[in-house]
Amino acid sequence: MKSFKSNLFILIIVLIAAIAAGIFVTPKWYGAKHLPWNLGLDLVGGTSLTYKVDLSEVKSSEYEAVVGGLKEVIEKRVNLYGVAEPKITIAQKGDSYELIVDLAGVKDLKDAVRQIGETPRLDFREVVPEGEGAIAVKSELTGRYIAGASLAFDNLNKPVVNLKFNDEGAKIFEELTARNVGKPLAIFVDDELTDAPTVKQKISGGEATISGGGEGFTIEEAKKLVQRLNAGALSAPISLSNQRTVSATAAEDALNRIIVAGVIGTALVALFMVGYYRLLGVFAVLALLIYTAFTLAIFKSGLFGLIPSFTMTLSGIAGFILSVGMAVDANILIFERTKEEARKGVTKKAAVEEGFKRAWLSIRDSNISTIITATILYYFTSSFVQGFALTLGIGVLISMFSAIFVTRTMLKVFTKN
Amino acid sequence: MFDLVKHKNKFLGVSAVFVIFGIASMAIFGFRLAVDFTGGSLWQIKVPGSDVQKIEELFKSDLNLPVSGISFDRAENIYAVTLGELSDDDRQASFEIIKSKFSSAEDLDFWRVSPSVSKELKQKSMTAVVLVMVAISLYVAFVFRKVSKPVSSWKYGLITLITLAHDVIIPAGVFALLGKFIGIAVDTNFIVALLVVMGFSVHDTIVVFDRIRENLTKARTSDISLENIVNISVNETFVRSINTSLTLVLVLLSLYFWGPAGLQYFVLTMLVGTVVGTYSSIFVASPLLVVAHKFALKRG
Repeated sequence: MKSFKSNLFILIIVLIAAIAAGIFVTPKWYGAKHLPWNLGLDLVGGTSLTYKVDLSEVKSSEYEAVVGGLKEVIEKRVNLYGVAEPKITIAQKGDSYELIVDLAGVKDLKDAVRQIGETPRLDFREVVPEGEGAIAVKSELTGRYIAGASLAFDNLNKPVVNLKFNDEGAKIFEELTARNVGKPLAIFVDDELTDAPTVKQKISGGEATISGGGEGFTIEEAKKLVQRLNAGALSAPISLSNQRTVSATAAEDALNRIIVAGVIGTALVALFMVGYYRLLGVFAVLALLIYTAFTLAIFKSGLFGLIPSFTMTLSGIAGFILSVGMAVDANILIFERTKEEARKGVTKKAAVEEGFKRAWLSIRDSNISTIITATILYYFTSSFVQGFALTLGIGVLISMFSAIFVTRTMLKVFTKN
Repeated sequence: MFDLVKHKNKFLGVSAVFVIFGIASMAIFGFRLAVDFTGGSLWQIKVPGSDVQKIEELFKSDLNLPVSGISFDRAENIYAVTLGELSDDDRQASFEIIKSKFSSAEDLDFWRVSPSVSKELKQKSMTAVVLVMVAISLYVAFVFRKVSKPVSSWKYGLITLITLAHDVIIPAGVFALLGKFIGIAVDTNFIVALLVVMGFSVHDTIVVFDRIRENLTKARTSDISLENIVNISVNETFVRSINTSLTLVLVLLSLYFWGPAGLQYFVLTMLVGTVVGTYSSIFVASPLLVVAHKFALKRG
């Protein structure tokens, strides 16, 4: 029988892939060393800070540049606290931007929360000779006098940075440049030297061009400077809108508990399926285990790399465990239908085929309704619910594959005429 | 065969009583809202060998922080204290004072939400609930678009909408009651649980409707009444409706008993919702189809 052979072949491939996936997701052995799970702060402990960026004073075309600059400044600040792997993400929803700062495993926050959230301090400093070297002396001119910075190109098509001051700033800048013709004027962001262009002449009118010296800027350099200048201008203050700090012990406890609950839940479902549907149930349980391995592998790989920063959170695991309870539903529908068809007196094989065929509509329609729910959840909620929506939605999709394709192949291989 | 249609008024009556209870409970008690909806801070600390009074006293007099609620996990000695907005500097200073009074105190979990975020979250949650209800109902109406006799397809959608509202109102009423008497607060997780319940409840409804559709097509040439077809369909699908819900209930029960404490009420909402949702799929949705049909007949 040809179809038997090809079905057996498919089944073996699926089984091998499932075993590989199972090894990949196991937190011990191979996986632990080479590719550990990316776990959320609620599972490893640490602090998550969400800062809202107030962009009301910023032109919409510059949103991304300003937020990018803020992110860079915050990254520098976080690094000062010696966090192992700080994760800073920009979350954009419509016109509002948030910066989410995840500090894993930090026990003592000290004043990190306040300092990270401060608006970047930008100031211009005059270079004054002292002894052998020179020191930078703070001038009156600070970030709050900057109206904005933008990337432009000069007549040689080289990237330059245009800097615009507000009215008050223009006056201060005029005096400052008059005093420093031929000398460098240092720009500091968060007390760190960012650039020190040389003043060519007195500049009035409040608009200056920074050309980047002899070699000029590369586009990347110019962009970076624009970002920093914009971040340092007080135009986009940030405010802490959400803070979550979880101790490592509480996080570890939650992780252990949800794993235990997940294993018990899966075992109960398996017991029920085998107890009620006997041999058919065994196939369903096998399909469920294959489902578990595949789904977890997809999560761990960040949806095959589509979401490289995919993080497993407590609610994400909860969503996955729920999907285990729903994944066998398709099998229940198919088996009940198969039983029904068998009662009509057709052969076992025909009953199984009919069972799959007739149950399909219900399975499709009901799963689509869950996918609708997961999609709406994903778009209407904050990040920590999104993990749940994503795992639930993807779980349901894969369960359709496992409960239908995998179980069907198994039944084709193992059912005698 | 079990005659569902004959007893439909009893089943619908039971549901009506529960829905009225749910609405009354929400209207009278309202919801106790968690920090993510009110803004403020939720601080969990572990203090062995103390009690709620002592902790409340400590926060009020020693720390000078007005407390709006404390819930206590006796088994773990964990106090979840609800406060106004508290900056991280103040929190750390406060914890030093707590440490000086109770040397074994542990700082477990701190969550702070600004009022602007909570306001936005509240609006979005309401929108999501309404959107899911409408989207699923429209989807059901769409799926059954080819069915027009004897009940037109938009009525399948409308009945789905009614059962979904039923499935949300009852657990919401339960939580309003629990909020009043044992201080359980409603948070984002609660909304998520309601949405999942809706998505799940419609599974069973679709299975029954699907069978009714199939039996209607089969009976096209005979003159079996809709009542009979509904009865046959419900009986034929009864076991699978129960079994599909049972597997979810098994998973929810293990999450409730062995899972993390923080997810307990999230799971409880879904447990209540799943049970109510299974009931509504069998005992509300199908009888309503008969009611809708009779109503249409009367109007001619």
